[in-house]
Amino acid sequence: MAEILNVQGLETQFRTREGTVHAVNGVSFSLKEGETLGIVGESGCGKSVTVMSMLRLIPSPPGKVVAGSAMYQGKDLLKATDEEIRHIRGSQISMVFQDPMTSFNPVLTIGRQVAEPLEIHSAVSRQQAYDRAAEMLAMVGIPNAKDRLNDYPHQFSGGMRQRVMIAMSLICTPQILIADEPTTALDVTIQAQIVDLVKRLRDELGMAIIWITHDLGIIAGLADRVAVMYGGFIIEHAPVKELYTNPTHPYTMGLLGSLPRLDVSGRKRLTSIEGIPPVLLEAPHFCPFAPRCKYAVDRCWNENPGDFNVGPDHTAACWVDTKTGRER
Amino acid sequence: MGRFVVRRLLWLIPVILVVSGITFILMHSAPGGPWDRDLSARQVDPNTQRLLNEYYGLDKPLWRQFVAYIIGDYNKDGSFKCGLVCGNLGPSYRQRGLTIQQILFMPPEGKNFFYSRFGYSIRLGVYAMLFAVILGVPAGIISALKQNTWADYISLFIVTIGISVPNFVIAIFLIIIFASWLHVVSIVPRSWDQVDVWILPAIILGFGTMARTARLTRASMLEVMRMDYVRTARAKGMAERLVIFRHMLKNSLIPVVTMLGPSLAALVTGSFIIETMFGFPGMGRAYVTAIGQRDYSMIMGTTLIYAVLVALANLSVDLTYVLLDPRIRLD
Ligand SMILES: Nc1ncnc2c1ncn2[C@@H]1O[C@H](COP(=O)(O)OP(=O)(O)O)[C@@H](O)[C@H]1O
Ligand SMILES: [Mg+2]
Repeated sequence: MAEILNVQGLETQFRTREGTVHAVNGVSFSLKEGETLGIVGESGCGKSVTVMSMLRLIPSPPGKVVAGSAMYQGKDLLKATDEEIRHIRGSQISMVFQDPMTSFNPVLTIGRQVAEPLEIHSAVSRQQAYDRAAEMLAMVGIPNAKDRLNDYPHQFSGGMRQRVMIAMSLICTPQILIADEPTTALDVTIQAQIVDLVKRLRDELGMAIIWITHDLGIIAGLADRVAVMYGGFIIEHAPVKELYTNPTHPYTMGLLGSLPRLDVSGRKRLTSIEGIPPVLLEAPHFCPFAPRCKYAVDRCWNENPGDFNVGPDHTAACWVDTKTGRER
Repeated sequence: MGRFVVRRLLWLIPVILVVSGITFILMHSAPGGPWDRDLSARQVDPNTQRLLNEYYGLDKPLWRQFVAYIIGDYNKDGSFKCGLVCGNLGPSYRQRGLTIQQILFMPPEGKNFFYSRFGYSIRLGVYAMLFAVILGVPAGIISALKQNTWADYISLFIVTIGISVPNFVIAIFLIIIFASWLHVVSIVPRSWDQVDVWILPAIILGFGTMARTARLTRASMLEVMRMDYVRTARAKGMAERLVIFRHMLKNSLIPVVTMLGPSLAALVTGSFIIETMFGFPGMGRAYVTAIGQRDYSMIMGTTLIYAVLVALANLSVDLTYVLLDPRIRLD
């Protein structure tokens, strides 16, 4: 499969009153046609900022993409003109946001909002756009889709609203769908329904997906590859099976340790990682995970590790080989 | 919705009773009466005063006068004269032969309603309001979009003046500049039929409202700009201009539009200083004059009209909310 997106060395910073926040510190990844990439990490690890930087949706000021490239169809999104990036947003790369409650405009009807991307990006009439919107709503499982076009967002439940959001993001049949924690605000049963819906739509429409979550459990059955983020770095990157069977970075191991497993027999205590992710106010010159890491050695405090190849298509950024406990 | 409006209108009854009760007590606690004249002028002789009091029922105990004002009383000849409940605001004690309704609402011969005292005040209020909105709303929007730039600071400077300096002080400055120095307006116009003589009073009256409108618009716009749905709109690939007009404006103007009613009521009822300064033939100046002359029924009538205006304006807030925000329902 051909590569459609290639991000290299992405760095994004925010200038705040407390200082410069180094939110993303050199992130690289790529995405193939029809592939699903999971980006995992706790809150504040820089997942949202990474994808928002690509689409240039970072509020500026205070945010600024300071380095890197994001090649899409031979064009660097980070250097594209406002007009060029505008034509890509919503039509070729579209987003689903975390909170379906606040991500809709409360005073515009659902039909209007769902049809909007089509009205912006193609020369259809409003009526045609509305018809298509009704089809999309039916496709994501909204009952009586046509009648509901004139309803307002508050007349939908959270789960239904997220379905509508997905319909809205897919109405222009984009090549890439970026879903930023689309299930975090929903009940567990609804979460599963949304994941199933997206899987079905992916099979029907064939778009590539970047699925952001802090829940490794959700993407096990969804993603082809997983990138684990911490402190604005991708600290481990592997195909999904490889990552689950062979986690290498202490942070990934910690995340998996806090996940209940059905395939491991015997009773095992769920563990959690002590502490919270850092807010990096200076350029990280040591491993950002070191303060919370039980494997940390002196070197972790002095030098930030680069990516090591630890398996097939599998990299991890850690000075310690966690299998043997020895320094690399 | 209909029931809500009816309920709120019924609430007007106790409001009117309380307002008229308080006004009545305050008014009669002030020394003097409607027949007093300037010390330099010829006084009304005591015998005539007694007859007048008797004729207007001012010789009766106060509670009886109050009941007569609200409900009505029997005339000497036994016929019943209905009071406020029938919409009668009573006869003026100083402008003989005219009722309060006639003084406030009757236009001069051959003119339409807007040439009555009430009409003049409404017009001045509306012009002031137009000035406030046409200047205040765009100023607030630009300030928010260009937050912390010179445009924002200039607008904030004017807003701060408008909010903190009372309008009669602004009036004096503007009169000195435009009338005394530049001679572009006359302070006491001979006729209010020309357009240009309205400009200065309307601007002065509307200045504070303009400032508050700009501040409210700016604050509400800044809040809306941070909203998730604005980010959603950008993520759809919408042009920034459209994001502002389609997704930000309506949301950020909801609080501003709901304030229009109360602002207008405040301008119409709050214009008495400006009206007095400019010798304006409106309700506000008539009110101030009536207070000085102890024209009891005129004071009562005007106060009640003000109270009703304010109450209706407050009702309009809820109704405009329902019109503008689909999330809000009244029941
Ligand atoms: N508008 C902003 N201003 C300042 N700091 C920000 C802003 N947005 C994000 N950040 C910082 O960037 C870091 C990464 O945030 P984010 O990408 O939203 O995390 P997450 O992985 O939960 O999506 C956080 O430390 C956050 O404080
Ligand atoms: Mg996030």
